[in-house]
Amino acid sequence: MQLLPIDASNQGKLDQVMQQMADHKGCGTTGGSGKSSCGSGAGPNDMAPEIWEKVKNHPCYSEEAHHHYARMHVAVAPACNIQCNYCNRKYDCANESRPGVVSEKLTPEQASKKVLAVASAIPQMTVLGIAGPGDPLANPEKTFKTFELIYKTAPDIKLCLSTNGLMLPDHVDTIAKFKVDHVTITINMVDPEIGQYIYPWIFYNHKRYTGVEAARILHERQMLGLEMLTERGILCKVNSVMIPGVNDKHLVEVNRAVKSRGAFLHNIMPLISAPEHGTVFGMTGQRGPTAQELKALQDSCEGEMNMMRHCRQCRADAVGLLGEDRSAEFTTEKIMGMEVQYDSDARKAYQSKVEVERQAKVEAKQEELRGLAGESSDIHLLIAVATKGSGLVNEHFGHAKEFQIYELSTAGAKFVGHRRVDLYCQGGYGEEDSLATIIRAINDCHAVFVAKIGGCPKADLTQAGIEPVEEFAGQFIEKSAITWFKAYLEKVKTGALTHQPRGDAQIRQGAFLAAA
Amino acid sequence: MPLKIIDTQCTGCQACEQECPNVAISSKNGVCIINPKKCTECLGHYDTQQCVAVCPVENTIVFDDSLPRYQLRA
Ligand code: SF4
Ligand code: SF4
Ligand code: SF4
Repeated sequence: MQLLPIDASNQGKLDQVMQQMADHKGCGTTGGSGKSSCGSGAGPNDMAPEIWEKVKNHPCYSEEAHHHYARMHVAVAPACNIQCNYCNRKYDCANESRPGVVSEKLTPEQASKKVLAVASAIPQMTVLGIAGPGDPLANPEKTFKTFELIYKTAPDIKLCLSTNGLMLPDHVDTIAKFKVDHVTITINMVDPEIGQYIYPWIFYNHKRYTGVEAARILHERQMLGLEMLTERGILCKVNSVMIPGVNDKHLVEVNRAVKSRGAFLHNIMPLISAPEHGTVFGMTGQRGPTAQELKALQDSCEGEMNMMRHCRQCRADAVGLLGEDRSAEFTTEKIMGMEVQYDSDARKAYQSKVEVERQAKVEAKQEELRGLAGESSDIHLLIAVATKGSGLVNEHFGHAKEFQIYELSTAGAKFVGHRRVDLYCQGGYGEEDSLATIIRAINDCHAVFVAKIGGCPKADLTQAGIEPVEEFAGQFIEKSAITWFKAYLEKVKTGALTHQPRGDAQIRQGAFLAAA
Repeated sequence: MPLKIIDTQCTGCQACEQECPNVAISSKNGVCIINPKKCTECLGHYDTQQCVAVCPVENTIVFDDSLPRYQLRA
């Protein structure tokens, strides 16, 4: 991972950052044979200024921003025009949402009112996405009506859209017209022979196509749509669902194909399938990847282009920071009763406060990293962190619905993913207590950083070989992680501790039942 | 005979509603219904019934045997 240059001792000065941004020649999406330089953890120094402007407060496009800025989805698009084997249309689209989730459907008018209400209540909400519950472009009228309403009343909100790509080429101009500057396309294959095992049919030009032919049409439309978007300077993220034995090895080719067509970010997500979802893959017992398999594939693609590792596969009506969901506070009933005053100045003021916070975090990390310079060791390991946001170790172990995973090495601390640990009652773990399932979810980690932890789980974690770390409560994650890692290396050096590699971890498969 | 939607299976996604060339489909209480007076089985428009082709739940939109075929009606 590329870190901000250590020698820039006065990082905090914004004008200097601006200068560095202007000096920078651009990121990997401009092609060339070299490794792309802007991972999803990239900062202003790693990409062209016009791209940084677009991604800097987008929680999905910038890993760093996702600690500070929030997004919301509105579920205005129920219909879909293809069938995926990992999706059961009783629920939301499984491309973007986790399977087994049902969103509250809204009309465009209700949706735009909801957006304004949320934007006023959560000033760091900067992004509105339409991701379903079906395919937004299979519902073009509802989708674009919503964009139009929001574009008129709240032009500072970034609009984004997720699609399976089938109808994308037809709508690229409308997408550009409403200044939608981020589009996500779910691309699981570039070979129709493989595609036929993922997509049983598509509905296109008033006809249902099946088999290889369906996959070929979908593939051609996806590639065309992607090219048309990048031609117009619209940022494109590609989502791929990793299906072991079907497209796992093939995704390296997908990665190459989308990179060469100018995609900005590639997000490889694990297949989530359980029999009770009623999906084809759930029924056939198709398994999802383990945490190690997923990370290995992401790592192998990272040399090629930017990888996103913080995607939460959110619901189509999610509200809040990634990993958090405040949608229950904004039900249609509550929204329609609200008096909404859209105050863009107040939002701006709040967001500049967020910027200061964010800068402080980057500085803290730089400072600690300087201490790590000169250390050399082959050891790299993972830690899990309980956080509520702002890049701080600030969540109680028992309250954590997910853990963020960082990889530590002498190169620093790198965000590599997250693990959900919420209430997956039907997760196939039977009567086992939740602590055992949490341990399984973070079993590849050497330590877990928490704000607080009870005596019981503490003992169990220690026994499982995962060190519970409380001493960094309320502090910046990366800085704390590096401090801890330095001490760890020291202990290994003095022989107080032997470094042991850890095993694999499980990615939760069960239906999502918790309210959030 | 026009088509009908088996409401217990319908997800309410409205995909059929958007595709019907005769505006025969509407949404009520979270599911879609076909107005048999307007449904022509897509005759004169398409070779296949659009609603059937787009519906994600197999065997949810079916012929309504209790009513006569469209072209036989006066
Ligand atoms: S589903 Fe993924 S892309 Fe969409 S908001 Fe969530 S994290 Fe971002
Ligand atoms: S068969 Fe054709 S005309 Fe009849 S409801 Fe379906 S789409 Fe409409
Ligand atoms: S397409 Fe099928 S599931 Fe969707 S609303 Fe029509 S009948 Fe219901």
